Amino acid sequence: MKQLINLKINGESHEVWTSTHKTLLEVLREDLRLTGTKHGCELGECGACSVLIDGEPVLSCLVLPIEVQNCEINTIEGLAENGVPHPLQKAFAELGAAQCGYCTPAMLMTAKALLDKNPTANSSEIREALSGTLCRCTGYSKIIEAVEQAALKCQMEEIHG
Amino acid sequence: MAEKMKGANDSQTDLTWIGKSWAQVDGLAKTKGETVYADDIFLPRMLYAKMLRSPHPHARIKSIDVSQALKRPGVIAALTGKDIPIPFGILPVSQDEEALCVEKVRMVGDPVAAIAALDEETAEAALEDIEVEYELLPSILSIEDGLKKLEELESLAPDVPADAQIHEYADSGNIHKQVALEFGDTEAGFAEADHVREELFYYEGNTHLPIEQHAAVAQHGADGRVTLWSSTQTPHYVHRALAKVLEMPSSQIRVIATPVGGGFGGKTDPFQHEMVVCKLAMMTGRPVKMTLTREEVFYTHRGRHPVLMWVKAGMKSDGSITALHFRNFLDGGAYGSYGVASTFYTGALQTVTYPIANYKFEAMRVFTNKAPCGPKRGHGTPQPRFALEVLLDKFAEDLGLDPAELRLRHLIPDNSLTVNHLTVTTNGLGECLRKVTAASRFQQRRTESSLGKGFGLGCGSYLSGAGLPIYWNKMPHSGVQIKIDRGGGVTVFCGSTDIGQGSNSVLAGIVAEELGIHLKHVIVVTADTDLTPVDLGSYSSRVTLMTGNAAIDAARPLREKILSAAAEVLKIPQEKLILRNGKVANINGSGEHVSFEDAVQWAESKYGTLGSVGSYTPPRRGGKFKGAGVGPSPNYSYSACVAEVTCDPETGLYKVDKLWLAHDIGKAINEQLVIGQVEGSVYMGLSEAMMEEQVYRTKKSGSSTSSAGIGPDGLHKIPSMLDYKSLTSLDMPEVETILIETHDPEGPYGAKEAGQGPLLPVIPAIANAIYNAVGVRVDEVPITSEKIFQGLQNLKKGKSGQIGPKKFPSITFPEAIRVEVPQ
Repeated sequence: MKQLINLKINGESHEVWTSTHKTLLEVLREDLRLTGTKHGCELGECGACSVLIDGEPVLSCLVLPIEVQNCEINTIEGLAENGVPHPLQKAFAELGAAQCGYCTPAMLMTAKALLDKNPTANSSEIREALSGTLCRCTGYSKIIEAVEQAALKCQMEEIHG
Repeated sequence: MAEKMKGANDSQTDLTWIGKSWAQVDGLAKTKGETVYADDIFLPRMLYAKMLRSPHPHARIKSIDVSQALKRPGVIAALTGKDIPIPFGILPVSQDEEALCVEKVRMVGDPVAAIAALDEETAEAALEDIEVEYELLPSILSIEDGLKKLEELESLAPDVPADAQIHEYADSGNIHKQVALEFGDTEAGFAEADHVREELFYYEGNTHLPIEQHAAVAQHGADGRVTLWSSTQTPHYVHRALAKVLEMPSSQIRVIATPVGGGFGGKTDPFQHEMVVCKLAMMTGRPVKMTLTREEVFYTHRGRHPVLMWVKAGMKSDGSITALHFRNFLDGGAYGSYGVASTFYTGALQTVTYPIANYKFEAMRVFTNKAPCGPKRGHGTPQPRFALEVLLDKFAEDLGLDPAELRLRHLIPDNSLTVNHLTVTTNGLGECLRKVTAASRFQQRRTESSLGKGFGLGCGSYLSGAGLPIYWNKMPHSGVQIKIDRGGGVTVFCGSTDIGQGSNSVLAGIVAEELGIHLKHVIVVTADTDLTPVDLGSYSSRVTLMTGNAAIDAARPLREKILSAAAEVLKIPQEKLILRNGKVANINGSGEHVSFEDAVQWAESKYGTLGSVGSYTPPRRGGKFKGAGVGPSPNYSYSACVAEVTCDPETGLYKVDKLWLAHDIGKAINEQLVIGQVEGSVYMGLSEAMMEEQVYRTKKSGSSTSSAGIGPDGLHKIPSMLDYKSLTSLDMPEVETILIETHDPEGPYGAKEAGQGPLLPVIPAIANAIYNAVGVRVDEVPITSEKIFQGLQNLKKGKSGQIGPKKFPSITFPEAIRVEVPQ
């Protein structure tokens, strides 16, 4: 059964005529071609499909779009503003926290949710927050380091404008 | 250490890029979600394909009927094995796979039919419309059964046809490959030894678990050509396999490796889904995509072989190894894959880490009705490495020596030959050992540690690329082509495939260094068989060394042309000019300089269009015996690891507190990327040491029947990322990486590999640390708390705390080929 669904993604409104049983992950990738959000299992196990719904990291493979019609959805495509990378994106690229890059969008969105709430998150809080997203390349060290560095950067920007 | 060094201006000093850290050239795109992986490709009119897979481990296909499926609305095409019957496989000696099984299935998950439909959901639903009639055959699910005579297996399953042979081309029965080599005289070596140990070890299979599921998209163009986009580490080999299976000239096929979302060896074979999408695209005239589900990825596998090992080693009181004898049984799964090479690799590199006076190596790989094993990071080496490093720990105890001291006493000298005729050009193991033990204060803390706290050491060595290609030929292993635009942009073309390790960045960095320009002016075009010269692919840790050397070979003639043209215009002798920082300038810094852009235009005026090609072929090395092709490499990396663990002496629960890893990288091209490879290797080694297992349901020998509820034999026990455990960010301990540079004469600027070697010492370091902590020897991987607990219980009862295999199949190996020890 198809239905018209209204989604607000990265601040933009989208009307999608789609099957109601399709997951948010499928609608983002297949209907809206927002392919920056990845998948590794489509069963809620790997964390690769994380997006933000009202600021909270959520596994988009376990969400039905119909449930989130009145929510703010944020995906990796909206993280940079006017083409300027977010400090998290810069830190991930510069420190080699993205190797194959496949878990990177999910790591970034989850880290953003953390820093938005807790701008001074320490390393163990970062590890805790990212523990639902699997990475097979990095051994996580560089990812944690990049989030710490981005947190510092965000704090500096906060202080110095 | 090395006599000859390579690099810009043949000097290791004053390098702009090499040895520094810079961001991956494609790093920012990955963080912005712009990188297009295979499943991110959507083409107009694209169809989606799915494959129907066998629910049985071993069965004859009596009939397949797709007629009902074709009637389902939205289904466009159906395919069975008869439409695409030509077998393929990565190794020329193991052409044993079919795009879709024709006569029989050999494992749960073997595909028998495929559907192309307007959407994925319809394709999946249509699979249920396909009727397949199977006739069950005896299933072989263990090494023990794989070694049995066929008649014995068949008598165990009297209710099914007497057909227990998985592949007719096996060496005998279900023994796919047997190897027996002896270098020197091991019996004489054991006679000379002061201490002799005989031990059994077992290493369970595990899988790559890349986060990206395999995906492929094919298009059949109006010009009749087929293009395949695939998440593959080896586009060149896929290209060859496709030409064979599709019965088309290679010139009519284009293979593009999309950025690989994790490979680790798991995307190194040509795969069924790649063949199937191409065929369906040709049948329908529409693009076709197939993305495997996570469960399908578990069945596609090609991961670490389960290996059962018997090891006998003789040692003198001074710690020198007089003789070493390995007998290995590999559980290969249902297909050949890289298995013949894997079998040799469970023996070939044992001799590269320490001097071994006499060495005997016997191995058998058996076919079983399970997902095929193949190359996972370390390919065939982690299993015997684990055994040998744990064995050395036991010897150190016998001799009352510190484990590091035992190893330091006997190091392989530079520029020497091992007992099995491998050339070691430079060996940084001594320095790795000294640095890693100093940083961790290993000697002191190990002897002083209290019950429950332990320190363990492991070492290893690995090849920087195989000396021989997969199919026999004398052509280069890597080719690089460079063109220069009049505006100063440099485009580098190479078949190499970035799987996240940063090979694109290494390629760009080397060309930037050689031409003296900023990295941002270098554009890399890689892994596209229409556009790029052949590079064999991202496997065997070969890319930095081989494409690096090919890139230098391509860049230097261009540098010469640019300098020569500049010399003419500037009226300064060429040898006084240097290309650096985007300029041609006088080497002593005096006088005027010109921009790279101007110099390029002068060069084009003088020489015509600027372009060049470079290539790399490894030196011909190795012995003259059968099997000598596996093991040779231009150079070998060395690693040493210290693990610190805390283990509860009551429950066996343990955590790894810290790991120190020293790696002989030869020369770091990009230090940050190298550290990333070391950390990633340490992580993957630790994860498999602690928890990873690819295991299957089995009932009894020769059983062929299913029982309700638990599914049939040969069903993967845990084909999900929740149940197949791997380390999360909460589990991963601190890793201290120490890089040792030995400036190897064979590597570009002296470089060696980094992607696999650092995994090897981690696993035995954990086992040795557990023993140091609680006195339990787990001679089996994974080293789980359950096993430690069992050992602790045994210790309490006054028994041995050793946990591991107790039985070893008694089977006669063929007579060993005897090879003289090099003089």
